[in-house]
Amino acid sequence: MIDLMNDTALPLAYLFAAACFVLALKWLSHPTTARRGVKTGELGMFVAVVATLFEFEIVEYQWIAIAIVAGVALGAPLGLLVPMTAVPQRTALSHAFGAVAAGLVGTAEFYLQRPAIDETTMVAIGLEVVLGFLTFTGSLIAAGKLQGIVRDQPWIYRGQNVVNLSILGAALIMVGVLVARPDTAVLFPIVIALSLVFGVLLVIRIGGADMPTVISLLNSFAGLSAAMMGFVLNNKLLIVAGALDGSSGLFLSIVMCKAMNRSFVNVLFGGFGAQATGGDAQQRPVRSVDPEETAFLLDAARSVVIVPGYGMAAAQAQHKVRELSDALLKRGVDVRFAIHPVAGRMPGHMNVLLAEANVPYDQLYDLETINPELPHTDIVLVVGANDVVNPAARTQTDSPIYGMPILDADAAASIIVVKRSMRSGFAGVDNDLFYLDKTQMLFGDAKTVIGGVVDELSKLPTREVAAA
Amino acid sequence: MTETLEVSLFIFLLASFLGYAVITRVPGLLHTPLMSLTNALSAISIVGSLILAGAGEAAFATILGTIAVFASTTNIVSGFLITDRMLKMFKRREAPKGPAGVPPKGASA
Repeated sequence: MIDLMNDTALPLAYLFAAACFVLALKWLSHPTTARRGVKTGELGMFVAVVATLFEFEIVEYQWIAIAIVAGVALGAPLGLLVPMTAVPQRTALSHAFGAVAAGLVGTAEFYLQRPAIDETTMVAIGLEVVLGFLTFTGSLIAAGKLQGIVRDQPWIYRGQNVVNLSILGAALIMVGVLVARPDTAVLFPIVIALSLVFGVLLVIRIGGADMPTVISLLNSFAGLSAAMMGFVLNNKLLIVAGALDGSSGLFLSIVMCKAMNRSFVNVLFGGFGAQATGGDAQQRPVRSVDPEETAFLLDAARSVVIVPGYGMAAAQAQHKVRELSDALLKRGVDVRFAIHPVAGRMPGHMNVLLAEANVPYDQLYDLETINPELPHTDIVLVVGANDVVNPAARTQTDSPIYGMPILDADAAASIIVVKRSMRSGFAGVDNDLFYLDKTQMLFGDAKTVIGGVVDELSKLPTREVAAA
Repeated sequence: MTETLEVSLFIFLLASFLGYAVITRVPGLLHTPLMSLTNALSAISIVGSLILAGAGEAAFATILGTIAVFASTTNIVSGFLITDRMLKMFKRREAPKGPAGVPPKGASA
């Protein structure tokens, strides 16, 4: 009976779970089927966990019970109560949790199997532990930066890359020594320590606007360390799930890098934007408007495209922005949202915030779809975005953001930019868009000024709506 | 190379390509839920931690396994819950221009 369980039922349960996981991701390709995907993933997870609990190797359950109760106690509030604006930090935290689990299992396996570890197992344990622990501390730092506990500014000094790469190199060399001579166990804790330190040093130098790429890369690393655990334990389900997570993270990293026209190496070791922060030196004249004038302008427009950026999230202005969109729609103005892939602090961040604020997703347009529409748009309203609408990306070859695909806000008939002050964006470069004759600046906190525009709009006489 | 390793490498390779192909079709709209879902799925590493925590082999292995089970459970529970919470919010425009009423407020879903 027990043999039947372990030899047949368990592998079948794992096979079933693997199929569920692939289907879960497949169904995530459309908003109408996505929730079915989540349910399918949950089913696969449940079957695999229950089948494992019946495995004959498991003889005592008290620690498992305690750990699961504690995990549910922490996981439920993290899943149910975390506000949507804090989703990037929660995601970074969950990468840290997944990675540390892999790192700890790898550590335990090393000491359990110790004198007689074959080479392939040792390679897998080494990679699992290095990836697991560097992702653990790296993700904690990322979560700290996103939450505002750790300074958001990149921390950079001369020779930093040499130091960082030496640390990683040393860790990998020691793994190599352990592969050749598993009896040199004294090296193992050093590998762990170096990986932990490398994770901190890698992410501490990354600035806020690079977080989408870094979170995606950490996602990929966490998945790879889970896959390595599958190699160590010879568990095919872990290999499949880890590979899915790893390739998903890699895919998102590539999307983010393309959206900034940068490479992984440049993001991780380039120190973007840190050198050129003095971009606000010259005082060029700009035209500014107040909420009342803005309301007039928007009301008179036929089509408005709203470009949200991290500033909207930081000011928690998404609900006011949705109110503005609704008010304009009611007055017969066509309102669409243009979402740049790297707007915000993680892939898809703006979409989630706007969805939370009840903006229907068919009002959200991505870069490729909306750019051809912008020349026929009356007003582009930029809310807390900067670099993603900077025309320098198209024209100035010496600019740090040159070559980055941008939203062509400057093609619209006129532009209104909601901005806190004239400070330059993350890249530290001045934005020519702000100085165009057809651009007007609406200065202030996004939530306050957009709220002001909504109030002013409600005071205007209702316009006869000609057509939908 | 042992046969086990060979099979494992094939599985890893094919699952990576399959994952990449499937995930390429996920629109940018859903990239945040994608990340939280894959995160929850990779917490399937709990099956390794469960055996470690319950095998009763050595005290340190039980402790490390228990911490790992805790971390993975947290990810499973929070990952699935928040992904579903996010996906519930993605709605199409119901009636293109509603009457005077503003859509339901905040967290109603």
